[in-house]
Amino acid sequence: MKKWSVKLGFLSILMLAGLSANAQSPDGGSSNLLVAFIAFLVFILLVVIVMVSDRLMRVTAIQTGADKTGVNYSIFPNLEEIFASSNLFTTTEPVIRLKKGYNIPLEGEAEKVEKETTEAVRYAIKPTDFEGMSPIPKVVVEIGENVEAGDALFYDKKNPEVVFCSPVSGQLIEVNRGEKRRIIEIVILADKVQTYRSVETSNLEAASREELVGFLATNGAFAFLRQRPYNIVPEVNAVPANIFVSTFNSAPLAACSNMAVAGNEAAFQQGLEILAKLTVGNVHLGLNAADTDISSAFTDATGVEKHWFAGPHPAGNVGIQIHQTVPINKGDIVWTADINAVIVIGRLFTEGRFNTERVVALTGAELNSTHYVRTHQGANIEGFLADNLRNEHVRVVSGDVLTGTTIPKNGYLGFFDNHVTVLEEGDYYEMFGWMAPIKPRPSISNTIPTFLYPEKMVADTNTHGEKRAFVVTGQYESVLPMDVYPQHLFKSIIVNDLERMEGLGIYELVEEDVALCEFACTSKQDIQAILREGLNMMRDQG
Amino acid sequence: MKLLDFIKSIEPDKKNSPLLHTLFDGFFTFAYAPNHVTESGVHVRDGMDLKRTMIHVVLAMQLCYLFGTYNIGHQHFAAIGEHTALLSGFHLKLVHGLIKLLPLFIVANVVGLGIEFWYAAKKGHGIEEGFLVSGALIPLIMPPDTPLWMLAMSVAFAVIIGKEAFGGTGMNILNIALLSRVFIFFAYPTEISGDSVWISNIIQDEETRQYLGGNYSFVHGLFDWVFNSVGWATFGEGGKAVIDGYTGATPLALASKGGWAAVTEQYSTSQMFWGTIPGSIGETSKPLAIIGALALVGLGIASWRVMLSMVIGCAVMGMIFNVWDVTLFMDVPWYYQFYMGSFFFAMAFMATDPVTAASTNRGKWIYGFLIGAIGLIIRVINPAYPEGWMLSILLLNVFAPLIDYYVIEANIKRRMNRAA
Repeated sequence: MKKWSVKLGFLSILMLAGLSANAQSPDGGSSNLLVAFIAFLVFILLVVIVMVSDRLMRVTAIQTGADKTGVNYSIFPNLEEIFASSNLFTTTEPVIRLKKGYNIPLEGEAEKVEKETTEAVRYAIKPTDFEGMSPIPKVVVEIGENVEAGDALFYDKKNPEVVFCSPVSGQLIEVNRGEKRRIIEIVILADKVQTYRSVETSNLEAASREELVGFLATNGAFAFLRQRPYNIVPEVNAVPANIFVSTFNSAPLAACSNMAVAGNEAAFQQGLEILAKLTVGNVHLGLNAADTDISSAFTDATGVEKHWFAGPHPAGNVGIQIHQTVPINKGDIVWTADINAVIVIGRLFTEGRFNTERVVALTGAELNSTHYVRTHQGANIEGFLADNLRNEHVRVVSGDVLTGTTIPKNGYLGFFDNHVTVLEEGDYYEMFGWMAPIKPRPSISNTIPTFLYPEKMVADTNTHGEKRAFVVTGQYESVLPMDVYPQHLFKSIIVNDLERMEGLGIYELVEEDVALCEFACTSKQDIQAILREGLNMMRDQG
Repeated sequence: MKLLDFIKSIEPDKKNSPLLHTLFDGFFTFAYAPNHVTESGVHVRDGMDLKRTMIHVVLAMQLCYLFGTYNIGHQHFAAIGEHTALLSGFHLKLVHGLIKLLPLFIVANVVGLGIEFWYAAKKGHGIEEGFLVSGALIPLIMPPDTPLWMLAMSVAFAVIIGKEAFGGTGMNILNIALLSRVFIFFAYPTEISGDSVWISNIIQDEETRQYLGGNYSFVHGLFDWVFNSVGWATFGEGGKAVIDGYTGATPLALASKGGWAAVTEQYSTSQMFWGTIPGSIGETSKPLAIIGALALVGLGIASWRVMLSMVIGCAVMGMIFNVWDVTLFMDVPWYYQFYMGSFFFAMAFMATDPVTAASTNRGKWIYGFLIGAIGLIIRVINPAYPEGWMLSILLLNVFAPLIDYYVIEANIKRRMNRAA
């Protein structure tokens, strides 16, 4: 696309040069526009002649029966041949193609191999991973007490039915607190040999929806679901219109879903079946049409409605998929779940225990070796990074670079995260950095010659500029494949205009959907924070 | 890095001397991209920032600057019948152009940036880049002989009333550059109108009412001394009479009186297209403005929607006038309307200002189309002022929020209907 525009620009300059040569000639130049116009007409005429004759040839080919083999007899390629699209897709079902978006070309994708690693000794669950949870949830285990994997650790006083369980067996050793005694981490020292609290599921075959919800809530699996609008832990009394599961993550360097589901196919299918019982509508599964070796766990999933998507990030975001299929309207409640959530729910039934085992992708240009490791939810990453960092001046992110949280080098994975990104800190001054960026950096702007840069780039955390008022228009829209006006929505949030926020579709968005807008923002606005402020405002208003 | 440490060490204190600190900050961030890192939200940011956006607009108009400089001199010499061929006396034309243009540029930027710096210090925020573009545009849309005090007044008016009163960069309703132009046009109508203003250094003799080339300045004299020593042509003495029949009228002024025939008597279409005609400094050359426009579209900075719909709007209105056909001006073939005046310059650099234009993609189509159509109406029908883009863009600047409002209302309604 870019090369095409460069060519066009070059051609137009050539044309102008030609025109100027014409103007310099003694009698020429009197009617440049006329000449150009005539040339254009002649060109159009030629095109029409060629197209008509081409069409006639194809008609002849069909009449003589030569066209039955599917050979393209036209001198023009088919649209599909040009874009080489539909036959690239792994499905024959309709594909929702999204054009808007941007894949940030970061270096450091994880190699698709699982490597042995030192087992993490400490694990932590962070109440701060949940939006809208009260700052001091009720911890039900005393410090020093032993727990089994699946034993309750804490619950939110506002939503006491939903219990948050320990991912591993061991001893609760710390409850770390932040400002105003807010609980930020509940740390467990893991046993060498893991023991699981066994869960009885045989009596749930014919259980009602309420019983099933109660079962999931008391056994820790319910906390893995998220409710939209607001992206919060669902209320047990709410009945979702639909449940959405995205089976691929399009975020930069994100963990491969096929790796995540490998070996857990049965649990995944079981999880989907349980989810189907929780909603009055359907379970909607979003699949990646561009993935050539997509796992059969996704393609063969039953009891769900499948939707195929293709396009750059954020095509894999469940919010985008909801908007493209069954958009959220005012008053609607839907739940979303990621693959690991579905697997955890499924394992309660297939294994009879709360098992958060997962593969975690170690990614980022600052790692010597990028690969996958097998561990549990909330693992301490210190062991994974040991002898693996290229330099010490790095930022470790639990999650992807768009939505992840910064954690210390000996910090813990987030509740939902199966992905660690390590980036270089960008706290350097760059001489005339705004004018002549020589060091490659990702950008959606054509002013930065990305076509000269390598295909994958090393990015750091520098903001590349200072915060400004909203000036540039249209750039948020270009990375958000939704029928919303993001800039106007953000402005309405800033001025607390609740009615307008609702009208402009705030219920359909959560932070991860607008993260790319924040990346692309020329004015360096904190878009995700603004959106969260708006969501909290709407939630407070009820 | 030693240099950086030194520069950091002379940073003035923010509390004790806010203005100095703002100044320092402005120049420091100009020289060095700051060391800020992402804190909440995304961890990686796009390499694009507002400074880079703005500087690319300024770069896109550099060809207009080059040609404008030359054309100031060319028009001056053409009027007094010297060096009438394009390239003859090139050095004189360039020097004369620079002598005229540089003061305009310096005054516009010193006044505008000065006010910007002062407000930034007062409000305690960094200097925002908005005036980079305005300061580069303002000299280009002024007649070459604009008195510097008038320019200073107009820039001060535009920046204080047009921008700072609304909250600074990104908050203004009206295009700053056009606001300064419209101020000078309405505040000093006698000085800045008529036919002679478009050509530099031409004065009217008090007694004979005849137009003469004005005296050359001291700086011209200095250059003459240099040129003399290398044996090139010099400016010589001023006061040469303007050649017979030369009016200095712009094609538009001619067209409004006598239609296309009157225009072609004076100027060939090639002259009009390439821009060797009298006019404001930077707007006369169509291909260079178009190159600027293409560059901005290619770089993804300016909206192609606004540009394309503006061309369509102007063409449609031109065709309507051709059919209507009651005055000689309406009779001008619609495609020749593009040859006259500053359509392409306004399209490339004025209408596409993202702050004052419509902000929704659909709104941009409407906004551009209306600028094109209304601008041509003003140009053709308005008896007082035969050019319309300045006024039509300012008018649509005011209406852009309304256009956006209806586009957004449609979106809200769509969402409500979906729920129902």
